[in-house]
Amino acid sequence: MRNIAPVYHCGAMFRAVFRLSATGARSLARSRACYTAPLASRCYSHGKVESDEEFDARWVTYFSKPDIDAWELKKGMNTLIGYDLVPEAKILDSALRACRRLNDLASAIRILEAVKDKAGPHKDIYPYLIQELKPTLSELGISTPEELGIDKL
Amino acid sequence: MLKMMLQLIAGRVSSLVARRATLALTTSSARMASHAPDPEVTEAVDMSRPMYWDRLDTPLPDKLYKDELSAAEKSLKEKEKGPWSQLTNEEKIALYRLSFHQTYAEMNQPKSEWKTVVGGIFFFVGFTALVVWWQRVYVYPPRPRTFDDEWQAKQLQRMLDMRINPIEGFSSKWDYEKGQWK
Repeated sequence: MRNIAPVYHCGAMFRAVFRLSATGARSLARSRACYTAPLASRCYSHGKVESDEEFDARWVTYFSKPDIDAWELKKGMNTLIGYDLVPEAKILDSALRACRRLNDLASAIRILEAVKDKAGPHKDIYPYLIQELKPTLSELGISTPEELGIDKL
Repeated sequence: MLKMMLQLIAGRVSSLVARRATLALTTSSARMASHAPDPEVTEAVDMSRPMYWDRLDTPLPDKLYKDELSAAEKSLKEKEKGPWSQLTNEEKIALYRLSFHQTYAEMNQPKSEWKTVVGGIFFFVGFTALVVWWQRVYVYPPRPRTFDDEWQAKQLQRMLDMRINPIEGFSSKWDYEKGQWK
């Protein structure tokens, strides 16, 4: 479901924007510092470009570490939320399982809140993610912020 | 973040003024520093230790909100080690509140701070206007006579007589035959 629309800013690594292809015409207008071609020309003179799959795989691996500690979870989540993207469901799944290994339910709920906030005006991303994560949420017994009522004031 | 810095500076200043020894940092004072500004109560916060803050872009802060747990809270933490499906919603919310202060909804709620800021701006601009008016009355020297209408008329006539900028500028706009502006 993920459209790969790479947007690159010279010198920095902006990542693909999470889009739902079902909604067709809707896309984020991003200011592009350089002309983007699908494959060939890049703005930085060197350095391999990481594909979306590699990015996802890297983060899934990060959170899948069996003996991950609390600091690594915090660092990973804060870094991930700092990126200009909404994480894929599989990354979040891996992160939620890491919370389970650390016996940290509060962080699991916090992650869901953060992801919803990260989607910003794109109100359909979060329900989609929850739908994708439903099996994991029921398996681990994580309630969504909506179920607990903390998404309201 | 900036607000917390200001509170901390205020805290340091107040502790200097009061000349009291800085107490060992307690979690409750750290919480107060990040909670509501209260200059009398805020003590100097040890910024070399991990701190808690509510930030949208930092979902998991450096430390938990509540460090000191009561016995009931500790037993809840023990229960958290088991299956989470056995926790009630209230327990889940309680666990959340142990680790975090504000929810994202609470962080995102609209505040009226901008009204204070704009009001303050208008107030100080108004105060400046008073200062400027006072200066006009008490500081400025007398008005130069060159601003009088009579003087200005004579000055204008003199400029025309001198043929100031006669080609494209001033005097070129004056019709010397008819004695009027073109």
